[in-house]
Amino acid sequence: MTNSSGRRDPDQLLAAIQTEEQQAGRGRLLVFLGYAAGVGKTYAMLQAAQQRQAEGLDLVVGYAETHGRAETDALLAGLEIIPRRQVAYRGALLSEMDVDAVLARRPALALVDELAHTNAPGSRHPKRYQDVEDLLAAGIDVYTTLNIQHLESLNDIVAQITGVIVRETLPDSVLDQASEIRLVDLPPVELVQRLNDGKVYVAEQASRAVEQFFRLGNLTALREISLRRAAERVDDQMRSYMQIRAIPGPWPAAERLLVCVSASPLSERLIRAARRLADELNAGWFALNVETAATATLAPADRDQLASNLALAETLGAKTITLPGQSVVETTIDYARAHNVTKIIAGKPLRPRWHELLRGSVVDQLIRRSGPIDVYVVSSAATPAPSGARPPAAAPRAWRPYAWAGALVAGATLLSQALAPRLDPTNLAMIYLAMVVLVAVYLGRGPAIVASVLSALLFDYFFVAPVLSFAIADTQYLLTFGGLLIVGLVISTLTTRARQQADAAMQRETETAALYDLSRDLAAALGREDILRTVMQHVASTFGREVAIFLPEQEGADELTVAATSERLDLPADELAVADWVFRRGQPAGRNTDTLPAANLRYLPMKTARGVVGVLGVAGSPEPQRHLTPAQRRLMDAFANQVALSVERDNLAQQARQAVVLQVTEKLQAALLNSISHDLRTPLVSITGALSALLADAGQLDAAAQRALVENAHEETERLNQLVGNLLDMTRLEAGPLALRLEPCDVQDLIGAALGQLGARLQQREVRVEIPADMPLTPLDFVLVVQVLVNLLDNALKYAPPDQPIDVRARVQGLQVEIEVADRGPGLPPEDLGRVFDRFYRLQYPGSLGGTGLGLSICRGIVEAHGGRIQARNRPEGGASFTITLPLSIKDIGHG
Amino acid sequence: MAESQVRVLVVDDERPIRRFLRTSLTAHGYTVFEAADGPEALAAVVDQRPDLVILDLGLPGMAGVQVTRRLREWSQLPIIILSVRDGEEDKIAALDAGADDYLTKPFGIGELLARMRVALRRAAAPAGEPLYAVGELVVDLARRWVTVAGQEVQLTPTEFDLLRALASNAGKVLTHRHLLRQVWGMGYETESHLLRVNIHNLRRKIEPDPSRPTYIVTEPGVGYRLRTEIAM
Repeated sequence: MTNSSGRRDPDQLLAAIQTEEQQAGRGRLLVFLGYAAGVGKTYAMLQAAQQRQAEGLDLVVGYAETHGRAETDALLAGLEIIPRRQVAYRGALLSEMDVDAVLARRPALALVDELAHTNAPGSRHPKRYQDVEDLLAAGIDVYTTLNIQHLESLNDIVAQITGVIVRETLPDSVLDQASEIRLVDLPPVELVQRLNDGKVYVAEQASRAVEQFFRLGNLTALREISLRRAAERVDDQMRSYMQIRAIPGPWPAAERLLVCVSASPLSERLIRAARRLADELNAGWFALNVETAATATLAPADRDQLASNLALAETLGAKTITLPGQSVVETTIDYARAHNVTKIIAGKPLRPRWHELLRGSVVDQLIRRSGPIDVYVVSSAATPAPSGARPPAAAPRAWRPYAWAGALVAGATLLSQALAPRLDPTNLAMIYLAMVVLVAVYLGRGPAIVASVLSALLFDYFFVAPVLSFAIADTQYLLTFGGLLIVGLVISTLTTRARQQADAAMQRETETAALYDLSRDLAAALGREDILRTVMQHVASTFGREVAIFLPEQEGADELTVAATSERLDLPADELAVADWVFRRGQPAGRNTDTLPAANLRYLPMKTARGVVGVLGVAGSPEPQRHLTPAQRRLMDAFANQVALSVERDNLAQQARQAVVLQVTEKLQAALLNSISHDLRTPLVSITGALSALLADAGQLDAAAQRALVENAHEETERLNQLVGNLLDMTRLEAGPLALRLEPCDVQDLIGAALGQLGARLQQREVRVEIPADMPLTPLDFVLVVQVLVNLLDNALKYAPPDQPIDVRARVQGLQVEIEVADRGPGLPPEDLGRVFDRFYRLQYPGSLGGTGLGLSICRGIVEAHGGRIQARNRPEGGASFTITLPLSIKDIGHG
Repeated sequence: MAESQVRVLVVDDERPIRRFLRTSLTAHGYTVFEAADGPEALAAVVDQRPDLVILDLGLPGMAGVQVTRRLREWSQLPIIILSVRDGEEDKIAALDAGADDYLTKPFGIGELLARMRVALRRAAAPAGEPLYAVGELVVDLARRWVTVAGQEVQLTPTEFDLLRALASNAGKVLTHRHLLRQVWGMGYETESHLLRVNIHNLRRKIEPDPSRPTYIVTEPGVGYRLRTEIAM
């Protein structure tokens, strides 16, 4: 938009802030840009480095290529050089920068020569600039060198000027993101002189090409390009400076470019042209591919070409869009209008003139309908279209519809022959017409044309006077022929188009349905396991590929682990490393990407607004070289997003649950503290009181009073002891799974030991014990279960009147042993039967002794650790009864 | 027994406990010495020649079990262990190492005095006393003869061996391990069900109420003990 008021455009401001923010954590990239080899880039870089080192900066040489030139070598002196990594490739030993070593060394600045270099296969990244990205991302500043001809967008221009096609290219965005560009310039005459002096390194085998390259004219042109590029950059900086400082100035109207991309290999050229234009205009640009019925049925090779075209546009900084539409022109214009595009770039048509006359040219239509939008037409003639080599799709079996068409027309002729005596020839034409319509609807355009022509000829031959000759007596039958032909063509064209669109729609529909199915199933999935299972199923069924899902062990954790994989997929450790990289960087990597393409799987980050929650890995197709189509790739990205959302939802749900648990725990702890502080203090008060009374006694207390005090203190001590014991048990139960020492035990011994522990307190009490003689040994932790019984008996002693007996009964019930402790006290409040085993539950009786409220909950903890149950009930004849049920078989005893 | 001559060594790192024991035991006519850790205890045993040691298991540095082992290398003087709840492993280890008895903290002084008396009596009794009698139970070890209230009781050889092991160490806690090894032999130390079943049968033959045993007392998680006196 025009920004005439001089105010800052919020978007731009935001971009500037983001760039600054980004660069705060990132290293800064300084590019020494030259127009050809030999201008002294490496020399300039090393010189700068020496200066920085003299200033005390911590720097290392990651990779520097001096080509053995003495003066350059001399500049390496005193700089720390990270040893290169040796990579064996096809018998040769290649040396590459050791990125990991540089990252581990963490200098403030690293020197990395030749930014556009292509790494040896098997390296971390295919391209060196990606290594540099890693360094920058790690906060390391980088000095690097670059020749202008390596820039992607200038690639074809350079090829035009010099006749040398440069294979190692660098996306323009890398240079765009550089903090600074330092132009290393040398007049071409001097460069040629240096070349002749042998001061410029050239690979031997390419010496002829080099001679051609280093012609004065070429060099001058390249120099101009690089100077202009540097100037553009300065211009940009100046502009954005003015914008940020809100300096009013003559703002250019914000331009937006749109380039039409098709499956043609010529689109590449178009894209490069668009990028150059966009640069010059300082404009944002879109690359638009319209998916019509025709493109929906592209051959796989064309699909790959289209994908690579779009990928190129993206590398060059375009925003790429694929839209479905009826007509390329209409969709393009609509999109351009909706997005305030000011210029459309289209390719010059390559089709023969007659084709254009017949079907109209896209460019013509664009120009006619573009209204205020400029249309740039770029020539495509530079390279011959190789498309002729491609075999027509679906060639075999193509004759069948034609045969059918012939047969049907023959049928129509026979029918007409039969009806001829009764019908006018004009009406007989209707039979042919019906046949042509049938053919057009069901058999497609080609057969329809054949059928039309055939019909016209046969009709003429058999039914139009003079009969049995192609001569026509009455010229009005020409109209009939024309009618037949036109109807055939129109209907067949319409049905073909309708069918193709239906196919395209169906494909999109399938994708949408797949996505919808996934999201529906994910919405229904409960818990992480369920989500993972759903994802595996859907990816496998939609893409027919093996899947792996990687998630951090806990949310927020650093370590990525394999959460789920397809059965047949085996994942070596390096694969996990790739997934880890993706997780950290939030960018796709692995198979068919720019990063670590040697991996077996393609890894997609599962991103949400809160960050990367995990990584989705998709294995390659079992058939080699079968790439995903852009649509599939998009669908896969959409899948990853869906999964990410579900995983995040699950994470959030877990957090919420944890928060609730935490809250409950906190509440319990608060209650525990309250209860304990009360329970601990009460006996202490009595004990301290009694003892201080005895201490202060100066003979006032008689023997009986003294004894009473001491007895009271003693009782309270017992209580205190019990409380501390209970607390210790509780702590042990809470500390985690109880370590049971299971041994076959005699239930009679068990009950005897419990009664023995209560000792004196049971003296005055009748305890009736019933144990069948054939009681089997029961596996249990003797000490702990004795404690359960002691607690239960203790309760009975506390709550039941002293003159009432306590019943202890044991019996075998199926594969379980039941032990019941019953009293004849007041029983339990019926509404509390379910709560008595809760912590801090106490029976509220007037004048009751009041326990710690922990005893029964300890019992439950111990019994459940044995895999058993504890139940409370009221006896019909009055009194409370507690029953513990323990499994007789060790197998049934859970440890938890 | 003339308690005034009995010398007791109290080994505990907690001063209040040593003080409480010194006060109580002195009041009951014992001569009390104190030691705060293992090495000190070993030295005191040599220097003071006590008749009985009361040893805390949770000593800093050298643990009580270790002290017991070192003492048993050359001395048979009675050792009573003081332990905390949950300390079954240590307790068993100490008993296996040769300690005579144990008390779980906190304990009453009455209980301690009773245990001390039993331990001292056992130490003073001539080894291989052939007759054991408590309450109505009489075990004649020499003649393999057992009576309850004058009635002879028929025992299997294993049951008698078990009773003999208990009776010849009457008053002392015998660990499961110890009993299994003594009665069944080496290699049976973990076959605790044998012990359970035989104790069960033995009780049915000699106890008036096997569910509330009076003679053979279960020490939960540790072992069994044959009572030397029945008085509550």
